[in-house]
Amino acid sequence: MSRIKRRFESLKAENRAALVTFIMASDPDRATAQAVLNGMPTAGADIIELGMPFTDPMADGPAIQLAAGRALAAGGSLKQTLEMVAEFRKTDRDTPIILMGYYNPIHAWGPEKFAGDAALAGIDGMIVVDLPPEEAGELVPFLRSAAIDFIVLTTPTSDDARLPVVLANASGFVYYVSIAGVTGTGSATGAAVGEAVTRIRRHTDLPVCVGFGIRTPDQAAGIARLAEGVVVGSAIVQVLAETGTAEAPLALVRDLAVGVRNARGSQD
Amino acid sequence: MQSLNTYRAGPDERGHFGIFGGRFVAETLMPLILQVEQAYADAKADPAFQAEFRELLAQYVGRPNPLYHARRLTEAFGGAKVFLKREDLNHTGAHKINNCIGQILLARRMGKRRIIAETGAGQHGVATATVCALFGMQCVIYMGSTDIERQMPNVYRMKLLGAEVKPVTSGAATLKDAMNDALRDWVSNVHDTYYLIGTVAGPHPYPAMVRDFQSVIGEEVRAQMMAAEGRLPDSLVACIGGGSNAMGLFHPFLDEPSVRIIGVEAAGHGLDKLHAASLTGGKPGVLHGNRTYLLQDADGQIAEAHSISAGLDYPGIGPEHSWLHETGRVEYVSVTDDEAVAAFQQCTRLEGIIPALESSHAIAHAGKIAGALPRDHLMVINLSGRGDKDVNTIAKALGDIHLGGLV
Repeated sequence: MSRIKRRFESLKAENRAALVTFIMASDPDRATAQAVLNGMPTAGADIIELGMPFTDPMADGPAIQLAAGRALAAGGSLKQTLEMVAEFRKTDRDTPIILMGYYNPIHAWGPEKFAGDAALAGIDGMIVVDLPPEEAGELVPFLRSAAIDFIVLTTPTSDDARLPVVLANASGFVYYVSIAGVTGTGSATGAAVGEAVTRIRRHTDLPVCVGFGIRTPDQAAGIARLAEGVVVGSAIVQVLAETGTAEAPLALVRDLAVGVRNARGSQD
Repeated sequence: MQSLNTYRAGPDERGHFGIFGGRFVAETLMPLILQVEQAYADAKADPAFQAEFRELLAQYVGRPNPLYHARRLTEAFGGAKVFLKREDLNHTGAHKINNCIGQILLARRMGKRRIIAETGAGQHGVATATVCALFGMQCVIYMGSTDIERQMPNVYRMKLLGAEVKPVTSGAATLKDAMNDALRDWVSNVHDTYYLIGTVAGPHPYPAMVRDFQSVIGEEVRAQMMAAEGRLPDSLVACIGGGSNAMGLFHPFLDEPSVRIIGVEAAGHGLDKLHAASLTGGKPGVLHGNRTYLLQDADGQIAEAHSISAGLDYPGIGPEHSWLHETGRVEYVSVTDDEAVAAFQQCTRLEGIIPALESSHAIAHAGKIAGALPRDHLMVINLSGRGDKDVNTIAKALGDIHLGGLV
């Protein structure tokens, strides 16, 4: 059984949602990013998304654009991203790691070789923002052979006709992008998210994680009542940018974890 | 050269020219991209749409523009008989308006009221702002702050036309970065917004659609050359950033084996220094919705391009050009900033025509090869735009002493 599947099964037994936390690899430098990454599970992250730095993050807002810029300026690369995961795996063999980013660095590496190298590093899933189902065929079979999940994005524009097309490639979990927009901007209403998650569940049995615009423990708790997972990215990246140290983002992760852990209990 | 029955059949139904092209965009955009594809397929087959497009090209843009025999350039080059296709005489001063007329009609057909676009030299921004004024639509133009500085006259024109010009400061603050921000706007405003892409790049169907709207250039050249000389041209030369003026000229001639076709990229400071020659100095990758040749490093990070001409300052190229390069049907060469500036001056002094710095790249390459060709060789250079917008850049390039001599 994959790490992702195992993690969602144990969370289901605990009756709570997953806290999925994002940082950009090598932001602001390799050592600080490694400290944040290694500290996240203890702080309460259930699944980690690690951003692959790219010069042209077309679907990201300012916070993650700047994070990618800092990472690249500090020598970040896809190679260093894999090295960070390999380092993390020396001490943590249970927390799933998902890489998130854009296709060109993978294309330059070679999709088949990359899938093998990513699996060796200890990566469990991939989110490739600019690889819709129409083009995903050139990567997904290699990921599947390497037992890496291809995590698909569904959005407010994914209607009932589009959802089956998007979900055809999906494994691991489904990432619901709760606003039509870039990362770190507006937030969707609970009602809109609830309706969308219900609609996605009509098309798949996979867990649904919701992201975009979730910044506070309260917001995270609200989403944790509606979905199997809550993704927080830009808020963590921003705290890291403001302080430049690993402590502040990990403190935010701890607060978010409290929100997510108490969400369903407080409702009973 | 790989031998094909036709070079004009692409793209396939998935928007691929060989391995190039495609639809590499965020999922939020995919439903809309598919709608644009369907709407364009319907419009293309609708005689009323085509008639309105042709009518506006004739009455508003001023087409057909001349295929002008440049006698003094011919004489200076000392060989081939040189013709200039006068896209600079179009309303708004460049070929960009051809595509904008087509796409604004499509946007209206799709019920969109808000138009966004990216611009480098500002010619596409001006053309977009113009058609938005004509059709009463809201217009937002993304433009790199570096380009805003070097193309100030066009920034004022856009504002006069009622457009909002949003400066982009990320990256090198040029065309690539403007396109990133335009895509971010589109993702955030999918419901009411149409993205009017200015070149033969972006996700399918844009490369094919923009080519189709620009093909009026080559179609006119064919008819005009037949009327003037009773035969097809022997060679075509056009500059390439994204490559829309070149594709518009080339496409109607791709299946004419007697016609030599040459695309001219920007070699900037030189191919061993900063430049914008994606085919010569890049390799295939994925950016802005399509697979094509890109300037990039070994990690797949996109490199900063450089050209003195803002319109060519882009690290990619339209996917159909990448395919024509790999099949060998079109030759791709490059010209440096200095060579382009010299050609700019030569054309201005000899013909009384101030060419855009972009088009000056094509003139410069024509000047390199025309002398060795026979006098009955018919060469067409696409004069894709006029150079009024470039006078400040040229003044800076030529330096104060030279300028002092002129004043």
